[in-house]
Amino acid sequence: MAKKNYSFYPGCSSQKGASASNYTTSVSTICNVLDIQLNEIPDWNCCSASIGYAGGGELPRLTLSARNIALSEQHNAGQDIVATCAACWLSTKETHERLHYDAQLFAEANQALKEAKLTLKNETKVRHLVEVLIEDVGYEALKAPVKKPLNGIKIAGYVGCQTNRPFGIAGESFENPRYLDKFIETVGATPVENYDKRVSCCGGALAFSEPEKSQALIKDIIEAAYDGGAQMIVTPCPVCQMNVEIYQGHINQRYGTKFDMPVVYYSAMMAVAYGKSAKEAGLDGQVIPAKALEAVAAG
Amino acid sequence: MSEANHAAAGKYRGNFLKEVEANVEEGEWVKMCMQCGVCSGSCPMGPYWEHPPQEIFMMIRAGKREEVLSSTSMWMCTSCYNCLVRCPREVPVTHVMHGLATYAQRLGMAPQNPITARFAQKFWDNLTKTGRVNELKLGMALYFINGLSEGIQTAMKMQDIGLGMFKTKRMDPLEILGGHGVKDRVGFRAMLKKAQEIEMAKLTKVG
Repeated sequence: MAKKNYSFYPGCSSQKGASASNYTTSVSTICNVLDIQLNEIPDWNCCSASIGYAGGGELPRLTLSARNIALSEQHNAGQDIVATCAACWLSTKETHERLHYDAQLFAEANQALKEAKLTLKNETKVRHLVEVLIEDVGYEALKAPVKKPLNGIKIAGYVGCQTNRPFGIAGESFENPRYLDKFIETVGATPVENYDKRVSCCGGALAFSEPEKSQALIKDIIEAAYDGGAQMIVTPCPVCQMNVEIYQGHINQRYGTKFDMPVVYYSAMMAVAYGKSAKEAGLDGQVIPAKALEAVAAG
Repeated sequence: MSEANHAAAGKYRGNFLKEVEANVEEGEWVKMCMQCGVCSGSCPMGPYWEHPPQEIFMMIRAGKREEVLSSTSMWMCTSCYNCLVRCPREVPVTHVMHGLATYAQRLGMAPQNPITARFAQKFWDNLTKTGRVNELKLGMALYFINGLSEGIQTAMKMQDIGLGMFKTKRMDPLEILGGHGVKDRVGFRAMLKKAQEIEMAKLTKVG
């Protein structure tokens, strides 16, 4: 099978020693299995995520992503941009669309880019890796490499906000997207049916500045997973993963709960099902160990 | 009142809707709000908004300039985009709230407590320094946002979380020495400076 080539925008949290470095590990593992070649955009910069608007405003914020698209068009010409982080995908895609529909903003962004000796054509599609998996690979081909089906493991598919809104995945609804459940079934595990918190907000960046309010939201997300009989939560978003995983100790202190719910990336779940080691699946990055997956990987 | 704020208030002589339409990102959508309240009902932080989005839209039309711009409301936005995808009039509610927050920040009217406005500014300053977010420095800046003694308490409280992230190699103490960044810092900074100049020139023209 010929390798499929994409221009890869990894984003800040995916870098070595950063909060989603384990996501990068599992993504790279499953991409190898699925013959997906991710070519990193040289010298990419931060997209300013969802909280950058306050200091950045409109044009400087859009210009950040315009630089990444311009670099991609220069170095990885003809390849779709693929992001693994929800905020990276959202910002880059938003920029692509805004500059496409607004000729003045497009001209202004190019005027700014000129200072960095770059030109934006803005002809590049911006996609999330889950779109590539669903649309270019397909569920059948995602199932084909499964060596260790995750039989008997019950998983809550937590899509979160920004992989779902405002753009979403083609063919899926905003209120009840099913693709994560389909991923779970594809690898032989059982999705929690009617997981009612699947598209609820974890607080995003406000988990930092409004910890108590955000942890109340996170508590509901975890509680609903337990109520559905889940052994773990899977998610496609680095902020969701971090927020729902790392504050469980604080939530337990505040609410007297006994949460110990692993939160893993879909890619880690797939890597284990594809027969890869816990390390190749990035499971050593779990603050709350995903023991059920570790057992499969070791078996 | 800051000079920019004075100039903006004077120019529009009480017509706050016009001011918002001219200066706030996606502000021209405000008049499309039909007061159904779906945005307010959809907001995960709904209970904490001083004035939920639906009210903010009406207050803009009612000319409640001071109350809107100095409100903590917009700073409760988590960017979940529920309001935006559900609005029957297709108002980009999230973007309007972001736009109002940015505008309030620029006029020096954004509330500094709770800390989201200050944190958001620190996030921007952090990422524009090297071109990429330095998570360690951002975390430290957040802990010490209200000064040293509260910072030490926060750092102590967050110790278990920091340790968990460090042990799993999801936090690197060496980031304090500089960490990740773009190579073309000169071009990167010149580009942003230009973008800021263009944006501010547009604002002064109308404001």
